[in-house]
Amino acid sequence: MKQLKVALIGNPNVGKTSVFNALTGLNQHVGNYPGVTVERKIGTATLAKDTKAHIIDLPGVYSVNPNSKDEEIALNAIFDASNKDFPDVIVVVAEVENLKRNLLLFTQVKDLGFPTILALNMADQMEKKGISIDVPALEKALDTKIVLISARKKEGINDLKQAVLNYSNYNTNGVFDLKSIDEHYFTILQHLYPNQNPYKVWLTQTGVFQFEQLSPVVSSSSTVQKSETELKKLQHRETIKRYQFINEVLKDTYRIDTSKATDIRMKFDRILTHKFWGYIIFFFVLLLIYGSIFELAAFPMDFVDGLFADLSAWTSANLPEGKLTELLADGVIPGLGGVLMFVPQIAILFFLISILEETGYMSRVVFIMDRIMKPFGLSGKSVVPLVSGTACAIPAIMSARNIENPKERLITMLVTPFTTCSARIPVYIIIISLIIPKTYILGFVPLQAFVMTMMYVLGFLAALLSGLVLSKIIKADRKSFFVIEMPTYKAPILKNVFLNMYEKVVSYVVGAGKIILALSVILWFLGSHGPSDTFGNAEEMVAEKQMNERLTEEQLASEIAGYQLEHSYIGIIGRTIEPVFRPLGYDWKISIAVLTSFAAREVFVGNLATLYNLGEEAAEDETKIIDRMANEKRADGTPVYTFATGISLLLFYAFAMQCLSTVGVTKKETNSWKWTFVQLAFMTAVAYVAALIAYQLLK
Amino acid sequence: MTLNFLKKSQKGTIISINADNVPLKLIEMGCLPGNIVEVLQIAPLSDPIYIKVNDSFLSIRKDLAKEIEVELI
Repeated sequence: MKQLKVALIGNPNVGKTSVFNALTGLNQHVGNYPGVTVERKIGTATLAKDTKAHIIDLPGVYSVNPNSKDEEIALNAIFDASNKDFPDVIVVVAEVENLKRNLLLFTQVKDLGFPTILALNMADQMEKKGISIDVPALEKALDTKIVLISARKKEGINDLKQAVLNYSNYNTNGVFDLKSIDEHYFTILQHLYPNQNPYKVWLTQTGVFQFEQLSPVVSSSSTVQKSETELKKLQHRETIKRYQFINEVLKDTYRIDTSKATDIRMKFDRILTHKFWGYIIFFFVLLLIYGSIFELAAFPMDFVDGLFADLSAWTSANLPEGKLTELLADGVIPGLGGVLMFVPQIAILFFLISILEETGYMSRVVFIMDRIMKPFGLSGKSVVPLVSGTACAIPAIMSARNIENPKERLITMLVTPFTTCSARIPVYIIIISLIIPKTYILGFVPLQAFVMTMMYVLGFLAALLSGLVLSKIIKADRKSFFVIEMPTYKAPILKNVFLNMYEKVVSYVVGAGKIILALSVILWFLGSHGPSDTFGNAEEMVAEKQMNERLTEEQLASEIAGYQLEHSYIGIIGRTIEPVFRPLGYDWKISIAVLTSFAAREVFVGNLATLYNLGEEAAEDETKIIDRMANEKRADGTPVYTFATGISLLLFYAFAMQCLSTVGVTKKETNSWKWTFVQLAFMTAVAYVAALIAYQLLK
Repeated sequence: MTLNFLKKSQKGTIISINADNVPLKLIEMGCLPGNIVEVLQIAPLSDPIYIKVNDSFLSIRKDLAKEIEVELI
C-alpha cells in the first residue's frame, strides 16, 4: 500500500473544508499542535486501490507569510522538510469567483518548489456568475495542473484524486521571477546562494522561515543586510509585482461579470448591517441560540442524567459489594454522566454556529459589534460565547474557537465563565428567597426578580471589566490588525455543518472529558471517604449521640449522611479552612457546601440539605431547605443567614469559577495549564474579595 | 485625503500606503496602489468600515484606513 502526503491550502471561504470533507468523509481527526491552540486537521483518502493519501488541511491563509503565531506553526508543515506532515504534493484550493487573490497564494506555494495542483472550486457556479476560464491557457501560463471541481455537488473529486496520483509528472519550477521586484538585490542573493531555491532564500531573509539547508557560499556580505523597514517595503513590492504578473496571466484567460453577485450581497448587507435592523436581527439570532441551548438541550440532558443515574443504581445493586463497585457506581459512572451531560448543548450550539459561519453572517456580526466589544479587549465574535455562557460555559468557551485574533480569543475564554450560567440559578433562587423580602419596587416590580436580573447584569459586567483588565496585562505575540473578509452569502452545506458538530463533540469528550472525569472521581473520593475512626464509624457515632431521641429509620439515615459528609476528607478540609471563609460570614457547613459545589454549582443546595440532615426527599423540596436555613443559628444564637451573609454568598457564586468541567474545557481549549490556573485564581480572588467587602460592610 | 474620510458609496484610487503601519495581509488581500477602493458601508458606531477593493470585500478599522492615501473619484 502506497501512502502519499498531501497538503490542502487555500484562502478562507473558498470551500477548502468542503473539499477536505469530500475527500476524507469521517476518516478525519482534529488534534492540537503542542503548546498552541491551532488545530491540526488530518484525514485519509483512498486515491486508488493500492494508494492512500494522508491529507493535512492547513488553516485558511491569504499568503505563506504568516499573520500570527498560529499560522506560523501550521505553515511549518510546508516549510520544514522534517515536519511529519511535510507533503509530497500540494493542492491549492481556489474559488472561481475571486481567482486573482487566490492565485497570489498559488504562486507563492508553487515557488516553494512543490508539485502543485490548482483546484478551482465552485466550478458549477461559473455560468450563473458570468465567469469563463480558458483552462488549458491558464495551465500553460501558470505551469501547473488545474482541476475544476464543485465540492458542494461532489463533482470533479475523482479528477482531483487522479491528479494527485500523477503528482510526480508535475514540475517543481517556480512561476514568478523574483528579480522583477529588485533586480540588483535578488541578483546578489542568487550569487550568494547558487543552485538554491531563490524563494526559500528570500523567505529566510525576511524571517518567515529559516530554511536549514541554505548557507551562503561566501560569508554574508553587508550588501544583502537590509533593515526591517527595507525588507517590509520589499515584501509590499513583491506582492504588487505578483499581482501584476497574475493580472497579466488572467487578462487573456479569465472573464467575470461581477455586477450580478454584488447585487445579492448588497441587498442582504443593507439589512444585516443596518444600524437598527442589524442589531434587531442579531438580537433574535442570539435569542434563538440561547433558547436552543437552554430549552431544547434540556430534554436530551435530562435523558443522559437519568440514564447514568439508573446505570449507577444498577451497578451498585448488581455487582458484588466492595470498593471497586463503589468507585464504579458512585465515582466513574456519575463522572462519565457529568461529561456526557454537556454533549447536547455542544452539539446544538455548534450546529447553529456552523450555519452562521457557513452562510457568511458571522462576519457581519463582527462588523456591527466590533466597535462595542473592542474597548474590552474582545472581538465582535465574543458576543456569541458570552451569551451562550448564560446557558452553560462549557460549549460557550469552545465557541470562542471561531475568533481569529489569538489575544481576543484567549480573553474571551478567560472571561466567559463570569456570565451567569444556568447551574447558578438554583443557588441564587434559594439565597434570594432567604434574604430578599417579597416586596415590590415602585409598587409593581418584584424585588426578588429585580435582584435576580441584577445577578445577570453583574455577570456580564464582571466579564467585560475583566476583559478590560486582562487586555492590559496579556501581551500580544505580535501586533495584530483588524482585517477581515466579508464573504459572499452562501447556503450552508449540511455535510460540513454536521461534520463540524461531530468533530466538536468528539474533541470535547476525548479532550476535556478525561480531565473532567479525573477531577470528578477525585472530588467524589474526597467527599465519600474519611479517616476510619470518625467517618468509618459514622453509624455507631450517630446512634450513640441520638440514643435518647426516637428517630425513624429515614431520619437516622439522613443524620448519618450528614455526619459522614462532615467527617469526610472534604468535610475536614472545609472545617480546616473555615477561618478563611469566616470573614465572608460562612460557618463550616457553608464552607463545606461551597467547596463541594465546585463539582457542579447545583450540588450546593443538595449538600446543604445533607449537612442539615434533611434527608434525600427534603433536598428536592426548596421550601423545606429555605425554612431550615432561615432557622440555622450560630453558636451565639444569631441567625447564620443574615442579609450580609446572603449577599456575600451571592457575590461569591457570581464570580467564583463555576465548576470543574469549566476548568477541564479551559485546559483543553487554551492548551495551557498556565492560563487555566490564571483563570481559576483570578475568579477565586475576585469572588473572595467581593464577598469579603460586602459582608464586612453589611454585617 | 485618507481612506477613513471617504463617505458611504464614495470611491477613490489608492495613491500610497504607509508600509510601516499597514500589515502585509491587507496588501495581499488586494489593497494596492492604483486600485480603486469603494466604501460600501460604515458600521453603526462609525467604525469599522466595509470596503470593496480589487474584487475583495473587506472590513477594516478606521485607524488602519487612516494609513491609506486615496484620491476621490
